[in-house]
Amino acid sequence: MAPKLPLHHPVEQSSTASAGGQASAHAAPPRGLMRWLLTTNHKEIGSLYLIFSLTMFFIGGIFALVVRAELFQPGLQLVVPEFFNQMTTMHGLIMVFGAIMPAFVGLANWMVPLQIGAPDMALPRLNNFSFWLLPVAFTLLLSTLLMPGGGPNFGWTFYAPLSTTYAPPSTTFFILSLHIAGISSILGAINIIATILNLRAPGMRLMDMPLFCWTWLITAFLLIAVMPVLAGVVTMMLMDINFGTSFFNAAGGGDPVLFQHLFWFFGHPEVYIMILPAFGIVSAIIPTFSRKRLFGYASMVYATASIAILSFLVWAHHMFTVGLPLAAELFFMYTTMLIAVPTGVKVFNWIATMFRGSISFEPPMLFALAFVVQFTIGGFSGLMLAISPADFQYHDTYFVVAHFHYVLVPGALFAILAAAYYWLPKWTGHYPNVKLAQWHFWLSVIGVNLTFFPMHFSGLAGMPRRIPDYALQFADFNVASSLGAFLFGASQLLFVLLIIKCVRGGEKAPAKAWEGAEDLEWSVPSPAPLHTFEHPPTFRRDGE
Amino acid sequence: MSGGSYYVPATSKWPILGSLALGTMMIGTGMVLVHGSGSALMGLGILAVLAVMGLWFRDVVKESRSGLYDAQMDRSFRQGMAWFIFSEVMFFAAFFGALFYVRTFALPWLDGEGAKGVAALLWPDFTASWPLLEPPGDVAGPRDTFSPWQLPLVNTLILVGSSITLTVAHEGLKEGMRDTTRNWLLVTVLLGFTFIVIQGVEYYEAYHHYGITLQAGIYGATFFLLTGFHGAHVIIGATILTVMLIRILRGHFAPEHHFGFEAAAWYWHFVDVVWIGLFLFVYVF
Repeated sequence: MAPKLPLHHPVEQSSTASAGGQASAHAAPPRGLMRWLLTTNHKEIGSLYLIFSLTMFFIGGIFALVVRAELFQPGLQLVVPEFFNQMTTMHGLIMVFGAIMPAFVGLANWMVPLQIGAPDMALPRLNNFSFWLLPVAFTLLLSTLLMPGGGPNFGWTFYAPLSTTYAPPSTTFFILSLHIAGISSILGAINIIATILNLRAPGMRLMDMPLFCWTWLITAFLLIAVMPVLAGVVTMMLMDINFGTSFFNAAGGGDPVLFQHLFWFFGHPEVYIMILPAFGIVSAIIPTFSRKRLFGYASMVYATASIAILSFLVWAHHMFTVGLPLAAELFFMYTTMLIAVPTGVKVFNWIATMFRGSISFEPPMLFALAFVVQFTIGGFSGLMLAISPADFQYHDTYFVVAHFHYVLVPGALFAILAAAYYWLPKWTGHYPNVKLAQWHFWLSVIGVNLTFFPMHFSGLAGMPRRIPDYALQFADFNVASSLGAFLFGASQLLFVLLIIKCVRGGEKAPAKAWEGAEDLEWSVPSPAPLHTFEHPPTFRRDGE
Repeated sequence: MSGGSYYVPATSKWPILGSLALGTMMIGTGMVLVHGSGSALMGLGILAVLAVMGLWFRDVVKESRSGLYDAQMDRSFRQGMAWFIFSEVMFFAAFFGALFYVRTFALPWLDGEGAKGVAALLWPDFTASWPLLEPPGDVAGPRDTFSPWQLPLVNTLILVGSSITLTVAHEGLKEGMRDTTRNWLLVTVLLGFTFIVIQGVEYYEAYHHYGITLQAGIYGATFFLLTGFHGAHVIIGATILTVMLIRILRGHFAPEHHFGFEAAAWYWHFVDVVWIGLFLFVYVF
């Protein structure tokens, strides 16, 4: 018998009064800068993560625009190839580790305690530590651009021996900054797991949790499993560079391909780390604005877990052309295609949720719907890439760039934007400006497709990725991509404007900001007070 | 628990100082490695990291002893430690994975065997073997390798024995027999540091008698990677156990409430299990 699906979460009490005996913990917080440096409050730390992520998003975005500006025309116009390589590399690193991942951690910080009725994260000081490691790590990473020989120039996947034998001297600093970011991720993930397993409101079973908490629980597991592998592989790089070891040097009996195996054993779960929380967000928004309960809650949980488990068995599909035994080509092709099954379950469930729903198109729903459509496009191009014999044609072309940008930009990023629109009323107490949000949405959708859709064609026609110049026949596609990129980048400024306006004022939001929203976070006032659920709320399942 | 209230710890300056300390340590380390200067900064960073860890843990111990932590906080600490150890398992898994990949695939392929034996074109004269004494290219391999049945076996017995003595100490704590705990914990700590000394002797012999160096091809690289990170973990574990011994001497811990001790024990057993993997796959097979 399947567990009853959570729909209504009436809360008996969600007192925000200070609990007796806990006064010392809630003494007046330090003022000014110290308040933010020392904070152990999940909402403040969540905000710090989100602001950090937005900052990194614009820095990484500027790097992308340098790339797109150079690619606007064939030939070399603006930057030297060496700098172009640093821009592609840093764009990838900053977006993956500095923008997307911290944004999801920030959302988890804000929303997981509110959704499970917890007063804070399980280990609040560790939470503060996890955040403040990030500015240290990324200051160090960005500073490599100013070092002699320039910053990392070997692509965000930093394959050996490009990243060892032929790397700039700053690579050692790049490795150390990744170590710091990795420590941050692991500690953050430990905190999220401990919070979810230990601090749920009395009566809330795991299968009662909102999907966002479920997807983050599984994401946190992935993080703890693979970030140490990344730490291990960059440590081996560090030793090859500085201590003369032969891990990735065939002359000493090592193997450069070993680097790729280890990297992608981390890297493939990593891409699911960047999409599973997005699934959770979309699974919260679509039911809300369809005014129906989520279709197939349990199957969503199992599908997420299946995707996570499969993510450990598919890594070599990134390496089909490197020279794998035939058995490995086949194994990794079939396991990769298998992932389409649980992913299909998810897409089916989102659509079934909307079926005969009373749908309205508020800004969060717009982004969530765009997510479903465009993430699916990225999923299908992923299926094409999964076919090993066909991949020999696509490998290292712009088709791959189109694929992963479709799952990461209108995929992960749109889900983050949807989450921001969905929860901004809870964070600020004001609804975001709808007109501005609609402009932001439509310009983003047009910009993103103008940028990345032509890349499918230039890639299929043979344009290689990570090259600053290209043959004339790709010129039209690249003009479109570059125009789209600048449109998309500029339209994100609207988002910043919208956030500033939303923080300062706007239509006041009630506790339950959206008519169809049912999870626990909508039981606390908007804006959420600094301390919520100091007494555990009593969770009642629908109909009890 | 309904109707009770949650414990939320007060703010602390150690996290922010810790991240600055870690940043200083990393920048110093990078400068030493890249520019050959900056050892003062690196030393300062390391000291700062150690100091912050010590002071942060001291605060936690104080809060725990003043009874601030409830059962829920205890469970959070348990979850935290368990998942931290899982992350360490995955860290070593990457290194073991590298070892197995090289031995199973990379070297036979370089020798012309298997699905990708075409790699033999690189060095037609190369013959695969493990331990790899003669790397294919212009890299000098080790002259000889250790017999597993001498120092490595001694170290295995020491570390497995220390896990047993630690369990005896833990049982003593649970039974309220603090003298038993103190004595067996002392034995455990001594065994731990003995292991480190023997490992030091082995490293000396590796460099001076066997020609096993970091530069000695993939054998030397994997040997020092695995034993080195394991050794570092033994040093950390033995240090934690020393702190536990000091806390026992000061009368900390109760028979039913001693998670600090348990966490240290979990960590030590983890280090022990990793060593068994090392003994089997680095030394014996």
